[in-house]
Amino acid sequence: MVFGIDLKKIFIVVLASVALTACATQKKGTGQLQGDVYTGTDTVEYLATGVKDRVFFATNKSTLTTASRDTLRKQAAFMRKKKDLKFAIEGHADERGTREYNLALGERRANAVKDYLMTYGISGSRLSVISYGKERPVNSGSNPLAWSQNRRSVTVKAN
Amino acid sequence: MKKLILSIFCLFIFSSTSMALVEVDITRGNIDPLPIAVSPLYIEPGSKDIKQDGKIIKNVGERISEVIEVNFKRSGLFNPLKKDSFVQKPDIAHVKPRFEDWRLIKAQALVTGKVTVSDDKLRVEFRLWDVVAAKEMVALAFSTTPENWRRVAHMISDKIYQRLTGEEGYFDTRIIYVAETGSKTQRFKKLAIMDQDGANVKYLTLGNELVLTPRFSPKNQLVTYLSYFRNLPRVYLLDIETGVQEVVGDFAGMTFAPRFSPDGEKIIMSFAKDGNSDIYTMTLKTRVVEKITDHTSIDTSPSYSPDGKYICFNSDRSGLQQIYVMRSDGSGVKRITFGKGLYGTPVWSPRGDLIAFTKVHKGKFYIGVMRPDGSGERLLTENFYQEAPSWSPNGRVLIFYRETKSDSEGKGFSAKLWSIDLTGYNERLIKTETDGSDPSWSSLLSK
Repeated sequence: MVFGIDLKKIFIVVLASVALTACATQKKGTGQLQGDVYTGTDTVEYLATGVKDRVFFATNKSTLTTASRDTLRKQAAFMRKKKDLKFAIEGHADERGTREYNLALGERRANAVKDYLMTYGISGSRLSVISYGKERPVNSGSNPLAWSQNRRSVTVKAN
Repeated sequence: MKKLILSIFCLFIFSSTSMALVEVDITRGNIDPLPIAVSPLYIEPGSKDIKQDGKIIKNVGERISEVIEVNFKRSGLFNPLKKDSFVQKPDIAHVKPRFEDWRLIKAQALVTGKVTVSDDKLRVEFRLWDVVAAKEMVALAFSTTPENWRRVAHMISDKIYQRLTGEEGYFDTRIIYVAETGSKTQRFKKLAIMDQDGANVKYLTLGNELVLTPRFSPKNQLVTYLSYFRNLPRVYLLDIETGVQEVVGDFAGMTFAPRFSPDGEKIIMSFAKDGNSDIYTMTLKTRVVEKITDHTSIDTSPSYSPDGKYICFNSDRSGLQQIYVMRSDGSGVKRITFGKGLYGTPVWSPRGDLIAFTKVHKGKFYIGVMRPDGSGERLLTENFYQEAPSWSPNGRVLIFYRETKSDSEGKGFSAKLWSIDLTGYNERLIKTETDGSDPSWSSLLSK
């Protein structure tokens, strides 16, 4: 029995070290990924100091991550201060899907952002939505990092 | 686009089908293409040169025979023999071939012809000969304006193809596509139209706004496509004869993925609202809009069956992209794809017996076909990225586009048009002046 418990401990230690190495390798390079959602800032621009203009998505998904919701709450705070400004939310997809499905996916992503901003008191009349599907990548690369940077929704000033 | 004035003077079909010895087996791939000799068409003395787009075309008889040869070679079903092995002169061969000479170079079929050009008229006569049985199979004459010489070559190709395969041809057709220039992050896209063999390219938009997914009406003069005009992505209708464009319907949101109904009277498309895409139709004459699907998932890429009774489409209602079939009123929705991977861009064959699709599995893209009930899946080609198959009007060839991998500077990227035979053989690049995508094949221009 004692022997068995020892084995279990060893197993946990081994697992933990594997996980650590995995993290270390993922943080190398120019950007960072969590799952396949981009968490870096390489392509990010700012609406105002500390207010990121974009959020990123997992492949084929339009759900907002914790980090995305944090970014959008800051966007909403900025929008509340700038009452005269209108915004366009541009939804994008990566190049690894069919064109028409990606147009719909980009629209779904942009609307996920719009809905979240509205729950923080931003009127829907100030927010327009446009999907570009896979037509406007920010990173030309054909690799997982580039695709993660392209799966995004960008909030831009519209007036 | 100039209207083709065409008259068929005479139509003699001498031998009955049962008598013909030369037949092309179209059920297999291009394992054994039929050796065919296309003699240069003989020019009647006194004929003039053809002036076209500021250029002078000498010896149009030879040019016509070359266009026919390229069509035949690209079909994969014929092997046009080299002209330098031809012994008999074109004018004499057209009157009466010395079959033993043609048999010597292993030709099984022979095409001969005669061209007469005056200032405003081109008359082309051709004969198809069965070399093995030593008899004439078809003889026809076309009369048109001189600048239509390429179309005459395509029509001759269609007549010969039909006589030898028993299937309708697809050479007198055009392809509409999106011509692409610029870097990957700043791409300029224009609508372009060309003959099926890549000749006569014309650009239909200026590239000021993003345009995507043009599709021909089965009636040919109309095209429906997606334009980002004024940054509002909407489905448009374009008359390629007059250049007149108009937006389809009055939707407060993105409309996309348009196609015509088989009778050309409706446009079926997706309308995205509040993050949800559903399928709608609009009747062109009455402008009546109908909602066909009503589901919280993405429903897109609709395509009618040729009898108009069914619609196949793409939906992620099961969680990921799959292909579904329903009745044209939206009832009886049934999922048909259950294989591994994602399925998109279903397009119903003009013959009705197959649906072509794009499949994504383990980071690879496939073009494939299956029966409308989802059985008999066959993958025709595998690549890094390819999608959007479109059928030739006879349902034998698929045209699609393929993109290549690139680095973060965009180096290595290209988008090209390709075609492949239904059998999975005869994959070919279709050369275009610029990069190209989203090809759509017209129906036959003349029937």
